[in-house]
Parts: sequence; structure tokens; C-alpha cells
Amino acid sequence: MATRPARSFPGSAAAPARRRFAIAAAAATLAIAVAQSPATAQGAAANSELIVALSAQISSLDPHFHNLTPNNGLVKHVFDTLIATDEFQNLKPGLAESWRATDDTTWEIKLRRGVKWHDGSPFTAEDVIATFKRVPNVPNSPASFAQFVKPISSVQATDSHTLVLKTPAAHPLLPRDLTAVHILSKAVAESARTEDFNSGKAMIGTGPYKYVDYKAGDRVVLERNEGYWGPKPAWTRLQFRMITNGAARVAALLSGDVQMIENVPTADMQRIASNPQLEVKSAVSNRVIYLHMDTGRDKNSPFVRAKDGKPLEENPLRDVRVRKAISKAIDRNAIVERIMEKQAVPAGQFLAPQFFGTSKKLGPEKHDPEGARKLLAEAGYPNGFQLTLHSPNNRYINDEKVAQAVAQFLTRVGIDTKLETMPANIFFSRGSKLEFSFLLAGWGAESGDTSSPLRALVGTFDPSKGNGAANRGRFSNDGLDAMISTALTTIDDTKRGLLLAAASERAMELQGIIPLHFEVSAWGMRKGLSYTPRADQYTLAFEVKPAR
Amino acid sequence: MLVYSLRRIAQTVVVLLVTSVLVFAGLFVVGDPVEILVNPQADQIEKERARVALGLDKPLWLQYALFLKNAASGDLGISFVYGRPALEVIVERMPATLELAVLAMLFAVVLGIPLGLYAGLKPDSRIAKAIMAGSILGFSLPTFWVGLLLIMLFAVHLGWLPSTGRGPTVDVLGLQLSIVHWDGLKYALLPALNLALFKLSLIVRLTRAQVRENILLDYIRYARAKGLPRSRVLGVHLLKNILIPLVTVIGLELGSVIAFAIVTESIFAWPGMGKLVIDSIFQLDRPVVVAYLLITVLMFIVINLAVDLLYSVLDPRVRIDAAQA
Repeated sequence: MATRPARSFPGSAAAPARRRFAIAAAAATLAIAVAQSPATAQGAAANSELIVALSAQISSLDPHFHNLTPNNGLVKHVFDTLIATDEFQNLKPGLAESWRATDDTTWEIKLRRGVKWHDGSPFTAEDVIATFKRVPNVPNSPASFAQFVKPISSVQATDSHTLVLKTPAAHPLLPRDLTAVHILSKAVAESARTEDFNSGKAMIGTGPYKYVDYKAGDRVVLERNEGYWGPKPAWTRLQFRMITNGAARVAALLSGDVQMIENVPTADMQRIASNPQLEVKSAVSNRVIYLHMDTGRDKNSPFVRAKDGKPLEENPLRDVRVRKAISKAIDRNAIVERIMEKQAVPAGQFLAPQFFGTSKKLGPEKHDPEGARKLLAEAGYPNGFQLTLHSPNNRYINDEKVAQAVAQFLTRVGIDTKLETMPANIFFSRGSKLEFSFLLAGWGAESGDTSSPLRALVGTFDPSKGNGAANRGRFSNDGLDAMISTALTTIDDTKRGLLLAAASERAMELQGIIPLHFEVSAWGMRKGLSYTPRADQYTLAFEVKPAR
Repeated sequence: MLVYSLRRIAQTVVVLLVTSVLVFAGLFVVGDPVEILVNPQADQIEKERARVALGLDKPLWLQYALFLKNAASGDLGISFVYGRPALEVIVERMPATLELAVLAMLFAVVLGIPLGLYAGLKPDSRIAKAIMAGSILGFSLPTFWVGLLLIMLFAVHLGWLPSTGRGPTVDVLGLQLSIVHWDGLKYALLPALNLALFKLSLIVRLTRAQVRENILLDYIRYARAKGLPRSRVLGVHLLKNILIPLVTVIGLELGSVIAFAIVTESIFAWPGMGKLVIDSIFQLDRPVVVAYLLITVLMFIVINLAVDLLYSVLDPRVRIDAAQA
């Protein structure tokens, strides 16, 4: 754990690069110098095998075992969900051709006809019912998918391809929940254990690819399902290699061992983009990087002190003017341009405006140190105070450097900010025990709408309702809670979108969190491959097309 | 001899117990596995469910007692992340690590001993000086930097070898091995070289020092005086004597290559145990970390024991009796 006082701002937000970055960058520089020469590129079209390097290990092929982005992305090649999502996470038909709420608590889902499982048997409503039964009951699951089927109180098949779902209360998020549940055949759902998926025995899906081989920690090999119901993918064979080290992933792309990589390190972005044989495709992700302030404690917040270092009895972070001042003190454009190498977008709310439930009125707060000082004076802290910012150092893109910049910006307006960073495994445990006063974290809205960050980050902490699960500042406002809960029970999409937007505006007005930026996710690939980058960060190889 | 072996076994059990206590306490202090494992989108109800499912709702002492009870019957727990027995997860990765370690040690020995011999016999020649300078580099350059450099040179620039990953495997007596045929071996060359570099430097320097010391001793002089050919003096008399300390070091280094190939395995995306344990530490997958360290400790104890026993066999001056243990 490195504690270092924020130095006066040196004029550049770029923090002194640590050795490992320097060396990675040096190696990458070398890479660009040599990569121009040899013709290692293989025509992707000539060979219909696509090899993709993933940036994380998958822990299992069981689609209901571990709710983890790398796992979820991979199993989408073999299994389908009832409802799928496009690159902005808008809903689109999957195994369900259509769905509608017949009243506030009843949903009717029409299933696609003529779909066959990889073993040739037909897909019917019985398979879906068996899947819903399995999801909450996977033994030893470290992160289950139970929450997505829990709101369903009963499932009935009115015919072989029509389902009627009942929920005890109005639950407009049901279609979004269903995008997370991969459907298994009845036979598999009733008998298969997690080991059977890893061994391939139970890998019988309806998806575009069939299982061939899986070597834990190394690779997954798939072959095309010629009987797939959807558009035929371009590649007869797919290979996913797991290369967690960023520099090694870039090297694998440069050497031609793989044709596509995910999560291009920011340091190598320009180098890949300027290589004539390669290109980078990027898209704003659903993850916001934000600051959370301790607004739960009236007194004696653990890391707040008076300007002279003496204990400060009252908690200045409870004053909305202080929180606004912190937001104004930060130059988001500088962070995005100099630390994130433009692989981020300044943020003014929970999700980028293209997503569902966002407000068109909210833009990023302007950098205004004068205004920040004025607000601090109004709040009774004309000289500021002392604060410690806690941040993970291996979880988000350049997290430590961003936190360093934030600490420096705050020190400039009088809030003397120390920085303490630590690995994510320590950070989140301590953060959830409320050991911090001021922290930097990120939130990826996997559902693709603002309901999840509103509920989890600024909803009042309430385990019985599942609200405020990641509210590590214990922000609480009754009015906002009411707005969120109304939105979460409004079935009509348009109305709900407006309610969510209004709740976002209110949350920003109260400054329950301070958003910094939205991360951009980037894929590097051989020139000529086409891929529409996705906000949910999934690498879906069946959507990659070869050169025309 | 019997008393000696019994004592060693008792010591082993104590060391294993202490290791398991340290890992339990250590990981408990680091953080809460549920915070890392559970999807951040999950609500408190799901977190609580996971806590119960993984047995983390019980007090630490009870978790440890349960672990001991199961460990006594050979069950080291179910991995939090993989949902499979921790031992099985580790053993599955073992062949990959073992073959890399063996290949690396082979590089180190086959290159290191001749180079060391040369440097010891002709210490003033330029080549010897170059060898010694090279060994200093081998010691001091960081492994991950050398690894990246090797990738850049041999995979990206020259395109001779694949950059990362493990090649196709072949079933050899029930073990999945990749280095027994060229298609797999070419994947292993760079990581093995990367891993071997440090050991190679060590063996070069050790061999040279041994040669310098022994070459001046009387038995070499007598052998020469007897008029034995140079090759016999070097190959039989000298080599035999300097091998004893070398074998000890090689044995122990093989242990460390197996247990701590973490950096090389990460850079070359080699699916071995080192990579597994580093991921497991980050994910606070306690059963895997505990099982891994217990296996490692056991491995070192066995190697040490084997070395001790071998000593008494190889060198008549060393005798093990009860008093010594």
C-alpha cells in the first residue's frame, strides 16, 4: 500500500510512470520498430479459422456457475439467451421472437420455432422452464445468476413455444434480466453438473458455435454450428486464447499468432493504430469511474481531518456544497487526454448518454477551481481541510494515475488530499466495511440502463430490498429513493426512461457520487476484419467479419 | 535411520500445519473473497448466499478446523472460483509446469556446465570473460523484460517461434505433454529459455568457481603427473568432484523453477501452476492457495530429504545417525 502526499500540481496530469509501465512501453516501442517489416499477416479470409486473444481467464464453461464478464462473453458463442442485446445493449430477439407485458405482473414470451440443439433435438418451452429451475441451484457457485430469475414467481407453457411468466410485483426489468440467462436443454439442465460443461459433455447449446476443446487457463476451441438459426457466422473454427498480460497480448497480435485481441493497453493504442497492418476499434463502455464520499457518518469520518491535521469533528462531506466543490475542482478533460490517452469520455452521469435511462441535460462538470473555492468558503471551509483518497491500483484502466490526478486537483483548491492505493482484493473488502472516507471506484452497468447504478450506488443501503449494495459512501436521500422505486415499477419503457433520467438528474444535483469518466474499451485486430465494438465489453467472435 | 526418518516426518507435519495456519490467517487479513468473487451487480442477498455457499459465514477458527478435518482425509477443499476440488485444479496444471521446468533446467545444465568449465579452465581468455559478463546480465535483467524481448525478437521480428501459449499436447503414460514433439516444443522454447537464464548464470558461475578451486588441488596434479590424457583428467577426475555441490544446487533450483515460474508463465500465457496461484491470490481463492503452498512445501521437504539421503550414499564421509537429526 503506497501512501503518498499529493504534490502541488506539476502542470501535467501525467503522473511519473512507474517502472513496469516504462518497460512495457519500451518493449512496445521496440515492437512497432520491428513490426513494420515482416509479412507475418495471414489473409484472414483465406483461412476460416479466427484466433482471438482474451484478456482474462474464464473460470468455467457452465453458463450458470459464475457471473463474470469473461465467462458470460464466451458462453454466448455456444448458448443463446431468450433476449439478446445489440452493441448499445438495446434489446433484440434471441430465442424469444417477441415478448410483452400483458399486465403489470404478467409477461408473455413467444419462442422461436424450428430451433435445434447441437444434438439435433428441437428447442421448446420445456427447455426454458428447466433452465429457470437450474439457475438458482448450481452447487458451489461463487456468483450465481439467481437474481435474474428470482423475480419470476411462476412459469407456464401455454403451448410448445409460448411461455407466460408471472412476477409478484411489477418488474419492468424482466426482459433485461433475461438477457443474462443462457438457455440449456431440459436434459442438460436437469442432470448436468459444472464439471460436465468444462469437460464438454454438457456443452450442447443452440448457439452459432459448438464445443470442440477447452484447456483450463489456456484456450477454448469451437466449430461452426451449421444448423444455427441466426445469420451464418464467417468462421468455420474459432480459437480463444487467454493471454492476461497486456504486452504479451499485443505481441501475439503483432506476431500474427492471433488476429484479434481485446483490451488493448492504453500505452500501446497509438502504436497499433499507426501500424499499417493493424487497427483499433473502440467504443464507450457501460463503466463509469466515480468518486464516492462518506455521507453516512455525521461525525468523525475516518480519513477527514482539519487543515492543521487535528481531528475534525463534523463531516464536511455531508455538505452538498463541499461535494460540488470537489466535482468542480477536477479537470476531467485533462485526465481523459493525458492519463487515459483519450481512451475515455468525460462523465456527468451514471452512463453515457446513448444508453437507456440517461438524461440529455447532464454533461460533465466544467473545471472551475475558483467556483470550487467559493463553494468551500460558503460551506465554512475557506481554507479547506485534509482528506485521504483510497483507490484500487489494479482494477480499472490507469486507476492509480487517475486517483493521483484527482488528489492533486483537490489539493490545488485547498483540500489537502493524500492518496492510498491498494490491490482490488484488499480495496473492496475494506471499502465495503466502510473503512474509507473518500474512494475511487467504477461501476459497469451490465444491464445497460441506469437502474442498476441508481439502485446500487446512491440507493439507501437496505439489504432486505437489495438496495445500495455498492453504496460505500452510504449516501441516502428519501426523495431520490422514492423516484428510483417508482421507476423500477413502471412497465412502460418510455415513461420508465424519463423517470430514470429524472432520478439521474436528482442524484447528480445531490452529488451522491461524482462521476469522472466513462471507460472506452478497445479491440485490436488485423486490418480488414470488421467488428462492431460493444458497450458491454463482450468479444463476440461470431460477429467478426473477414475482409471484403 | 528409522528414528531419523520418523523425526523428519514429524517435522514435515509441523511445517505443513504452520504453513496452512499462515495462509489462512494471511488471506483472512487481505480481504473478503465474497467482495471479489460475487459480481459487483449482485445485491446483498446474493452476497449472503455466496458467503454461505462457500462456507465463509462460519468463524475463521471453525473454517480452519473443518479444513483440517477434511485435509486429514486428503480433501483440501473446493476452489471458490472453479467449484472443483482445489487439488484437482492444481494437478491438472502440473504437467505444463513440470515440462517447462525440466526443459529449462536441461537448458541450464547442458549449456551451463560446459560454459562454466571453459571459463574456469581459461579464466583469462576473452571468451571466458564474455561468458562471465553474460552471466552477470543473466542474473540482473528482470525476467519479464527478458521475456518480452524474447517474444519481440523471435516471434514478432523473426517470426520463427510462436509468441505465447502452450502447443498441442500428446498423451504420454497418462500425462498431457507438449514438449515431446516439435509442434508443441516450439511453443516451449522461449519460455524455457526465459526461465533458464537465471539458473544458467548460476550454474556457470558455480561451475567456474569449483573448477578454479579444484584445478589447483593435489589430486589433479597427481593425475597429470601420472600422464593421464587431459580429457580424462577433466572429464573424470575433475568433473566427478565438482558435480557433488552442483547436483545439490540443481536439485533445489529445480524445485524453485517448478514452484515459482510465475512471471514467465504470465508473460508467455503458459497454463501452469504459477499462473494459477497468482490468479488465485488476486481472487482470494483460499483453497487453491493453501493447497498450492502445501504441495510446494511438501515438494521442497521431499527434495531436501532426498538430497540428505543421497549425500550419505554418494559421499562415504557423510553418515546420518540419530544424533545428527
